[in-house]
Amino acid sequence: MGFEVIFKGKNFIRLLSGLCVALRISVISVAISIVLGIVVGMLMTLKKPVINAVTRVYLEIVRIMPQMVLLFIVFFGFTKMTGSNLSAELSSIIVFSFWGTAEMADLVRGCLISIPVIQYESSKALGLSRLQTYVYVIIPQIIRRLIPLSINLITRMIKTTSLIMMIGIVEVLKVGQQIIEANRKSAPKAAFGVFAVVFLLYFLACWPISCLSKYLEKKWEN
Amino acid sequence: MESVLKIEHMSKKFDDLIVLEDINLSIDKGEVVVIVGSSGCGKSTLLRCINGLEDIDEGQVLLDGETVNPGNRNLTKSREKIGMVFQSYDLFPHKTILENAILAPMKVQKRSRKDAVEEAMRLLDRVGLAERKDSYPRQLSGGQKQRVAIVRALMMDPEVLLFDEVTAALDPEMVREVLDVILDLAKQKRTMLIVTHEMSFAKAIADRILFLDDGRIIEDSDPKEFFTSPATERAKRFLRTFEYEK
Repeated sequence: MGFEVIFKGKNFIRLLSGLCVALRISVISVAISIVLGIVVGMLMTLKKPVINAVTRVYLEIVRIMPQMVLLFIVFFGFTKMTGSNLSAELSSIIVFSFWGTAEMADLVRGCLISIPVIQYESSKALGLSRLQTYVYVIIPQIIRRLIPLSINLITRMIKTTSLIMMIGIVEVLKVGQQIIEANRKSAPKAAFGVFAVVFLLYFLACWPISCLSKYLEKKWEN
Repeated sequence: MESVLKIEHMSKKFDDLIVLEDINLSIDKGEVVVIVGSSGCGKSTLLRCINGLEDIDEGQVLLDGETVNPGNRNLTKSREKIGMVFQSYDLFPHKTILENAILAPMKVQKRSRKDAVEEAMRLLDRVGLAERKDSYPRQLSGGQKQRVAIVRALMMDPEVLLFDEVTAALDPEMVREVLDVILDLAKQKRTMLIVTHEMSFAKAIADRILFLDDGRIIEDSDPKEFFTSPATERAKRFLRTFEYEK
């Protein structure tokens, strides 16, 4: 089945470090996306025509373009055009953040406009200041709505890191392929076992996050 | 009688539409004033202008001689003294009933938690909801939610309470429990300004009735007088819409 090659030499460690590369890129991109997404999302609720137009175009680009094309544009196109030397890892962080920010911003916007105006008004009527209204009333409600949605985005981003091997990054899927290649003679059927383990690793990375989301949803459902 | 709330020459426009026109009003301490009128006559806007939720275009609102609207820097301070209960959905859904009641006293008036909880429990008990203190708003019926909203407003010990059609979104059988709470407040000599469509309630609770039409107060009278022999043709027509004949 091919499971035997997993523990040959340093193979398993290599797979794990491949997973680490994928997770590192995801974590950095997710962090950037959350921060920028909140800012852009808040800008989107200001109802300024120029901001609206720019963010709409941005969102549409992200929706239409396959992530792989974005990766190629940044890593091959952009570096050639400007003569700069972006590393593959930095390129993928840029692309993932570009994508994540757009989706995050849309989620934040959705959550913000879903808070009824009366929540702001009744806070005001109680004498709460603007800052207090946000801190005690609005933001806690937004976070509750946002977390389950953004966790879905985070797991999708982790899964999509499997694309970055296309620009030469050796992440978990690529390591898997390398192991299969290297053992083609001794274990010609290793593919199933190796990919099964890769699948398991992705699962182990995403599953706790989904569990956390379920737990929080339950907790806040009260 | 000393006047608590004074409105002088207040006007309000939404773009070109005049919503309130030259409103003059003085409300005494302990007085219960009910505002009636057909929908769109400006009743709710009047309440919203009084506590500064809407800017006004002309005139001013004074509470104890201090300007509330147009806004000055003490606006938050004055808002504390004007409590308001809305039609619906104004409780904070992520907080329990008790937390809803104590948030503003603790954050705005900087009262201790212990002190705030004690008072909240006393008031919740009074409206019959003490044992629901750890429930969340969504677990309560509409009538219970409105009773909590009243408690929350009372927690700030406001000088004037505004009620904006607080029973309009309720099932008929829940209206009573909310109105009973407001009647109880009237007995305690709370100063209140009430917008309502419940005419029998208005008759029972009001010291004074204001009839609003087209953004103006066209009648300001004793409830008995208003309901038996309204002075204007417009008010007569309005009152007739509540009568049914076979």
